[in-house]
Amino acid sequence: MRFGLFFLAMAAFAADDSFVLRNVTIHPVTAAAIPNATLVVAGGKIADFGAKVAAPKGAKVIDGKGMHVYPGLIDSASNIGMSEIGSVRESGDVTELGDFNPQLRSVVAINPSSEHIPVTRGNGITSSLIFPGGGIIGGQAALVHLDGWTWEEMAIERNVTMQMRMPTISTTTFNPAFGAGRRPFAETKRRYEERLKLMSDFFEQTRAYKQRKAVGGAGFAVDRRLEAMLPVLDGKVSLMIFAARERAVKDALAFAAREKVKIILAGVREAGSAVKEIAEKKIPVILGGTLELPLEEDAAYDSPFTLPGELHKAGVTFAFGTFSVQFARNLPFQAASAVGFGLPYEEALKAVTINAAKIWGVDDRIGSIEKGKWADLILTDGDPLEARSQVKQMWIQGRPVSLETRHTKLFEQYTKRP
Amino acid sequence: MDRRKFIGGLLLAPVAAMAAGGDIVIRNAKILTVTKGSLDGSILIRNGKIAEVGPNVTAPAGARVIDAGGQFVMPGIIDCHSHIATEAVNEGSVSVSSMTGIEDTVNPEDIGIYRALAGGVTTANILHGSANAIGGKNVVIKMRWGKDAPEILLDGAMPGIKFALGENPKRRGGSDSGIATRLRYPATRMGVEDVIREAFTDARAYKATLDDYKARAAKGERVIPPRRDLKLEPLVEVLEGKRFVHAHCYRADEILMLLRVADEFGFKIRTLQHVLEGYKVAKEIKEHGAGASTFSDWWSYKVEAYDAIPYNAALMHKKGVLVSLNSDDAEMMRHLNQEAAKSVRYGGLTDDEALALITINPAKQLAIDSRVGSIEVGKDADLVIYDKHPLSNYAKVQKVFIDGEMYFERDKDMSDRAVREARRKQLMEKQKAAATAARPAGGRRPQ
Repeated sequence: MRFGLFFLAMAAFAADDSFVLRNVTIHPVTAAAIPNATLVVAGGKIADFGAKVAAPKGAKVIDGKGMHVYPGLIDSASNIGMSEIGSVRESGDVTELGDFNPQLRSVVAINPSSEHIPVTRGNGITSSLIFPGGGIIGGQAALVHLDGWTWEEMAIERNVTMQMRMPTISTTTFNPAFGAGRRPFAETKRRYEERLKLMSDFFEQTRAYKQRKAVGGAGFAVDRRLEAMLPVLDGKVSLMIFAARERAVKDALAFAAREKVKIILAGVREAGSAVKEIAEKKIPVILGGTLELPLEEDAAYDSPFTLPGELHKAGVTFAFGTFSVQFARNLPFQAASAVGFGLPYEEALKAVTINAAKIWGVDDRIGSIEKGKWADLILTDGDPLEARSQVKQMWIQGRPVSLETRHTKLFEQYTKRP
Repeated sequence: MDRRKFIGGLLLAPVAAMAAGGDIVIRNAKILTVTKGSLDGSILIRNGKIAEVGPNVTAPAGARVIDAGGQFVMPGIIDCHSHIATEAVNEGSVSVSSMTGIEDTVNPEDIGIYRALAGGVTTANILHGSANAIGGKNVVIKMRWGKDAPEILLDGAMPGIKFALGENPKRRGGSDSGIATRLRYPATRMGVEDVIREAFTDARAYKATLDDYKARAAKGERVIPPRRDLKLEPLVEVLEGKRFVHAHCYRADEILMLLRVADEFGFKIRTLQHVLEGYKVAKEIKEHGAGASTFSDWWSYKVEAYDAIPYNAALMHKKGVLVSLNSDDAEMMRHLNQEAAKSVRYGGLTDDEALALITINPAKQLAIDSRVGSIEVGKDADLVIYDKHPLSNYAKVQKVFIDGEMYFERDKDMSDRAVREARRKQLMEKQKAAATAARPAGGRRPQ
């Protein structure tokens, strides 16, 4: 039994965050791989690593048996912990009512007991950007560790970005009773323009609020919604703008230029002629799944596979997100699927580690194996982006984390059925 | 303009299959036969069939030689559950829609066929949906892109029918579906069993009437033939073992229920589809002799999928069940090789066992394994060339052959893109001009 072995190994660990891992190939991501190396973790942080590093006296030593160490993978968009069973409304907390909810905090709706957390960890993912949705501004997204007794313990950054969805022109509709339908173009265009207007009105209100607040006085009353937007106006918090198609991407770029806000584009599936501007303005992009259908019937069959490579070639910095709950564990395979179609391997790996950390402003703590960073690590028997590899052990801030999941438990249970 | 015709027109010409006839030799290949191990060598294709496989195959005079450049050749992927290439999927107005069939709605111009080809799929089981306990009849197709509807059907494949258990067939019985005004029995798993039992009780009676008529007619009696019942006819075929049952199911309890109903009425369930809790009743599935066609790792999208585990395929396989991995999805259909690789990760299958899940096993489930599903002499030359091992997430399909004809070639697809783009623009201009001409000055459309 493949994972029976590491259960035994796990049991040997004390609940400690200091250890030495020897006889491993270290893949720092930000530097070349080091074979036959040793890694020293002290107080949850990477103290030292290299081929000639010796284990400090008295340290707990783990033999890596020639396996590989990578930084834990980062999913730059998911809803893990906010939704348990897709079809059960009661188990979902992603989508709030209303068009503008910048005051909402996704971090407080992350269920640390969700079965999705260990399941996702099982494939080497140690951190995830959890976003709220709904309306135009969905609320504050949090960057969390996939481990912790409470959401407070899980949180790396509680308000790492503000989620916003660019209005689109979509003539397709869906009704549970009648299925897919179509809305007239003129009607959807009118609605799209109305929503663009709502958006700029909201930013105008926020600006006016900022001025009123600066003036202060007896007449000033706190507006929690607008208050929550101030860090965005001040450029302290980015806007994570969901824009899939070229038109929405261009709208987002124009909007950012007009409102002078810092943005991150998310869920981009087609950049078209906007690529140059995205690269020039150094706007980071969170790509959705590579394993998707082309947007149009007559688009190249491989267009979703080639997009990451094209963005890289144009000089765009990007990370991958799964935008999912049940498929969050497939993050490494989504990244891998772009490699056959023009994305250099090293870039695919960076897009689920260091580039994600940089985009979210946490590269001082996670995203690579470097001295002083948190020991968010995975031990694997091969390339973590390949489905046939296995994640053998995981540490988050130096703590050994269980790779047991609802799925491994059911597997063990029913393997034993006579 | 018909949008589909428009799209079809763009792709048809560039991928016109390599002319049939004439020998082809694929040489310098890493050949993954799936059933007979792997070897470095060549494959001779003659009359659309695999004529020779070995380390040293002499190319006959006049044969077209394709150098695989050390790349991998595997049998075409078979998807045991798909809904592409059909205009309609669900006839959900009734609880038993066995009178309907996908054969009447096959759409050979669905771009899904071309995309599946580009993902290495050569054969698929096109099933009716899961809206009712007993659904419509299915067809098995080959991805013969560019051919007419009758020509894409895999001739000789056993006919089949879709059944469905659990949440989907009972959804129309509840008010939470948003269609409470059109309630339809059943609303529970009890009701689903009842619908199936009722239908087969009727089918049995109808069969008795038919048998009686045939016997009396054979004896020379002048008897009036019974009135044809198009709903019960396919179910009689099921009772007679002439039509396969492909049953959508999730939970262990409903799986067991269906196996027992089938036992009672004396027919076999050919495949359990999805069968996400199949690992819990693998013993019973094996005893019944049903195949299991499941997802690699889908779970938690509904309540009945909450105990789904990615180890399902491996665990059922290890308990002796004939297992395949399917897509049920035009997107996942494009990378079933990657889905198979997950069975190495989850449950520790060997590479050959993993590849069997998407080739020979679904071929056996559909009883087309004498034709397809492995690289063996005498089988249809349905082959895929990958640049890397197909279980690698970095592998990319280079060429796809069906019946020895090349239906997909990546290089050609790439080199044709400029031509297609030019033609697309041309057609759009033409359409725009036609629209302007149809609108007289003043802007009023003719009444």
